Amino acid sequence: MKRFWKWLLPALFAFPLSVFAQTGQDIQARLTALEAATKSAQSAGDNAWMLTSAALVLMMTGPGLALFYGGLVRRKNVLSTMMHSFILMAVVTVIWAVVGYSLAFGGDSPFIGDLRFAFLHNVGSAPNADYAPTIPQQTFMVYQLMFAIITPALISGAFAERMKFSAMLLFMTLWSLIVYFPMAHMVWGKGGLLSASLGGKIPCLDFAGGTVVHITSGISALVCARYLGKRIGYPSDAMKPHNLVISVIGACLLWVGWFGFNAGSALAASGLASSAFVATHFGAAAAALGWVLAEWVRNGKPSVLGAISGCVAGLVAITPASGFVQPFPALLIGFAAGVVCFFMVSAVKRKFRYDDALDAFGVHGIGGTLGALLTGVFATNAVNDSFKDSAGHVLPLGLADGHASQILNQALGCAISWGLAIVGTLIVLKICDAILGVRVRKESEVEGLDVALHGEEGYIFES
Amino acid sequence: MKKIEAIIQPFKLDEVKEALKGIGIDGMTISEVRGHGRQKGHKEVYRGQEYNVDLLPKVKLEMVVAEGRAEEVVRTLAGAARTGKIGDGKIFVYDVAEAIRIRNDDRGESAL
Repeated sequence: MKRFWKWLLPALFAFPLSVFAQTGQDIQARLTALEAATKSAQSAGDNAWMLTSAALVLMMTGPGLALFYGGLVRRKNVLSTMMHSFILMAVVTVIWAVVGYSLAFGGDSPFIGDLRFAFLHNVGSAPNADYAPTIPQQTFMVYQLMFAIITPALISGAFAERMKFSAMLLFMTLWSLIVYFPMAHMVWGKGGLLSASLGGKIPCLDFAGGTVVHITSGISALVCARYLGKRIGYPSDAMKPHNLVISVIGACLLWVGWFGFNAGSALAASGLASSAFVATHFGAAAAALGWVLAEWVRNGKPSVLGAISGCVAGLVAITPASGFVQPFPALLIGFAAGVVCFFMVSAVKRKFRYDDALDAFGVHGIGGTLGALLTGVFATNAVNDSFKDSAGHVLPLGLADGHASQILNQALGCAISWGLAIVGTLIVLKICDAILGVRVRKESEVEGLDVALHGEEGYIFES
Repeated sequence: MKKIEAIIQPFKLDEVKEALKGIGIDGMTISEVRGHGRQKGHKEVYRGQEYNVDLLPKVKLEMVVAEGRAEEVVRTLAGAARTGKIGDGKIFVYDVAEAIRIRNDDRGESAL
């Protein structure tokens, strides 16, 4: 026993001494390793959420929007309408790889990106510190691609049932180049004119694409509807949605996918992502109720189409606000969007007699503008404290923080977005009309685009 | 022989079939049709766009019966299909020149 203590005691003293004896370099090396491990753990978490979000946003276009729009048209045009959404998943992806990503996120000029990332040059697993420092740039690139896909797909609701497929392809290619990429750069790109976080002249708060996605698509939709003219028989013939069941499924997929759209726009699996997730959900819920109630009062019946349209209008309106507002303002924004968009598509559309076949303007143009303006009202640094002055103080965001002039910035952002959408879309339509002609022949329109353009029918019950 | 053709409310079909079975009529042809008489249709509203739907779903029953049974069949059918409201439908009775059973060439009432 004595012998045992004789050995143990010196050993006990010697152990801590040996730690102190280690060189400072050793500790430094271990700290560095620890830092790297923490970083890689955070990157793993963020990357998992962002890849999931990217997949969710793609799901909004196909099948979400394809089903939603497909159900709203007449039976003879269901395939051609779903094809608009589906083929854009392919077309925009190719454009994005060649120049799109670079024009949106390369460089730091105020209006449009440069060609440094053309053909995805240098876009690999290393993060792009300007935008998302914790995830591979490839993840950021593919996530942003999903936005570039759904935006033109939203426009297709305005020219459904009467546009040539070839002209649609050309239109969407040119539209992405002339309207979408510049707008995405101005709002989200480094040094962009409207960028709030990366040194813009007119800092416009747009968390997930109220101006970039919904205003541009909604306003361009109105221009398309006016340029192409009404469908034959509109508004005297019955043009009832042929299958509201698939529209309901589509709207539900949009609702779920929108969590990737908005909460993913935090670009990290952070508390801000949770906050955006909650605001998104609340906005959608309140908007569905707002539309249904307005309709119930006015028409006497609460319709299913009203409920799903309201939900989409709310999701649109909460998009720019989602990373800046608390849950109750989110409910308010959603409810307002439901009521306002209902009156747009039911009263205003009839008064001005334009044929926005699937209400892309009424829901996305108006809902997007309303949301962008209300973001200036309700945005608060209690939700998002990432904006700081040079001394490190957190800046006030919207009217809720006493920063009323933000509403003016929001309005300027909307005006630029409307202007670019109107002018850009008109130019693109003129080009398409001159080269290909934008509208299908009268016989094709009467026969239905599925058979006339694609040689197929959506439903064949006899076989 | 008489052919009896009745256009009735779809939800009355089961009751009518049961009633006819009750008096021994077990052959009939049924089709889903659309139409309207004095009954007005209904209004549907999609995003504020109103549509008047005036052709409503109905069910048409056709059966051929022996001369002497026609009145009884008509009375049973009308009794079972009646709700007393506009839209209950109509019954038409025609003379039939001949009936042939394809399987064995039976003719006349024995073919029914």
